[in-house]
Amino acid sequence: MTATTAPCAATPVRASRQPSARLRAWATRAPLLPALVFMIVVTQLPFVATLVISFFDWNALYPQARRFTGLDNYRQVLTDADLRHSVGTTVLLTVTVVLVSLVLGLVLALLLNHRFRGRGVVRTLLIAPFLVVPVAAALLWKHVLYNPEYGLLNGLLHYVGGPQPDWISRTPLLAVEASLVWQWTPFMMLILLAGLQSRDPEQIEAARVDGASDWQIFRHLTLPHLRRYLELGALLGSIYIVQNFDAVFTITSGGLGTANLPYTVYQSFYQAHENGLASAAGVLVVIGSIIIATFALRVVSSLFREEVSRA
Amino acid sequence: MSDIAVTIRKRRGLGLGLVAWLAGIVFFLPIAWMALTSFHSETDAAANPPSFGAALTLDGYREFFGAGGGASPWPALINSTVASLVSTVCVLLLALPAAYALSIRRVRKWTDVLFFFLSTKMLPVVAGLLPIYLFAKNTGMLDNIWFLVILYTSMNLPIAVWMMQSFLAEVPVAVIEAAQIDGARLPTILARVVAPIALPGIAATALICFIFSWNELLFARVLTGVVAETAPVFLTGFITSQGLFLAKVCAASLVVSLPVLAAGFAAQDKLVQGLSLGAVK
Repeated sequence: MTATTAPCAATPVRASRQPSARLRAWATRAPLLPALVFMIVVTQLPFVATLVISFFDWNALYPQARRFTGLDNYRQVLTDADLRHSVGTTVLLTVTVVLVSLVLGLVLALLLNHRFRGRGVVRTLLIAPFLVVPVAAALLWKHVLYNPEYGLLNGLLHYVGGPQPDWISRTPLLAVEASLVWQWTPFMMLILLAGLQSRDPEQIEAARVDGASDWQIFRHLTLPHLRRYLELGALLGSIYIVQNFDAVFTITSGGLGTANLPYTVYQSFYQAHENGLASAAGVLVVIGSIIIATFALRVVSSLFREEVSRA
Repeated sequence: MSDIAVTIRKRRGLGLGLVAWLAGIVFFLPIAWMALTSFHSETDAAANPPSFGAALTLDGYREFFGAGGGASPWPALINSTVASLVSTVCVLLLALPAAYALSIRRVRKWTDVLFFFLSTKMLPVVAGLLPIYLFAKNTGMLDNIWFLVILYTSMNLPIAVWMMQSFLAEVPVAVIEAAQIDGARLPTILARVVAPIALPGIAATALICFIFSWNELLFARVLTGVVAETAPVFLTGFITSQGLFLAKVCAASLVVSLPVLAAGFAAQDKLVQGLSLGAVK
């Protein structure tokens, strides 16, 4: 990699009087530095640049007209009907997909937590949707399932003499959401299954001996234990789905009111060449992510501390 | 517990097993249908109601690989392979020493450093996309696969650091101290002592990084064009319908997904740990 300039602190620099603590500290730090410097250069600097550009009126087609406009881009982003709509779409898309896949994932995890014949096979079948390349999954839903003339959904409806709707144009956002729920339910299931398997079996057995019903055990033992795994799934899912580009780009190409913020950012600089506006919208996505991330970091860190203290 | 209660429990267990099987089949159905359609002829693939028992053919795959005069997917597949493999190697080379400094010989404030890595993962791609695009344009790095390699490395590095530090923390300290007393230096210790013990974890980390790089679309779409196009970008060519092309789309989606399916099943046991950034074991 080009950007890394890790000082080779492990080699003793001349024989100084005290093989000082500072030298030893650098020797400890040295293995960390390449990764750290690389991350700062590749991820933090571009964001700072985005921040700076967001204060300029800058259309790439008219580079001469570039000028500082302060918060004007933000005002425009927040008042532009299309952009405001894409903020709403992003929230709606993220919340729906996360909640539905979390509930489905919980049900599937509870089912898989029982012992039954072929459990391993069923687990594999359930994980598979997550392991389809996102663009390929979106193409699969768009052409193979949703297509009004030869899609599988209408094909199956045909057997029962049902209607033959054009799924994508009738319910565009729902079409995108369904494909994402299909891909993200396995993710939630895996996290929740790990949570279920970390329960204390003796505690459950004790409750059962005391005559607790399955529902009582679920409500008072399992659910509280799962709380943090549910939070973790919801937050990590939100972080990934807030950024979703593939499904929106592929299934509806941002049309029919399904453009979310990442798609809008992409479109406003890649097609409309509005660098300043795109940057302001990008900064808004970051602010949204920071809000989610603050909670996510708290959950991860509480799980992490528990792990460290157990070790 | 009475016999009756046991029988009831057993019977209900059987019922729940059936429900689980049903759910598995429903979730897998689109993939199974995609696989079946990819082996049908285009006319059978477009039949409504669907033709389950139609004759099987490899025409969809022949079409996809360019027999019908379309663009060959090979350059894109090769680009994806290069970008995913090289970025994964870079990630491992950077993450292994970093994880060492965060788990075995810990730097001060190591938890803060770990959480810095995690927080970069929460910064959305669109946050830096435009400056990265402008940088690439001004330095002539547009449509260059090596530029994607750098970005994919940064995309996966935080995940790898988190996963690896949790795997390395499992290496017994005594073994490392013994090697140090024998005068081994850091690279030797990493390669000869730490790596063999943590190998399953490192392998899982590599597989997960490979998957994320292989799947990536937004960077590739914005930063590559004709030469450095990756497999997901190639797939976006199928977004608009082109007459009878269902078998071809299915073949394409399946071929492009195969490496990810293989890597995912290989890493199945550690998948959760990677996806949850090491938070869940």
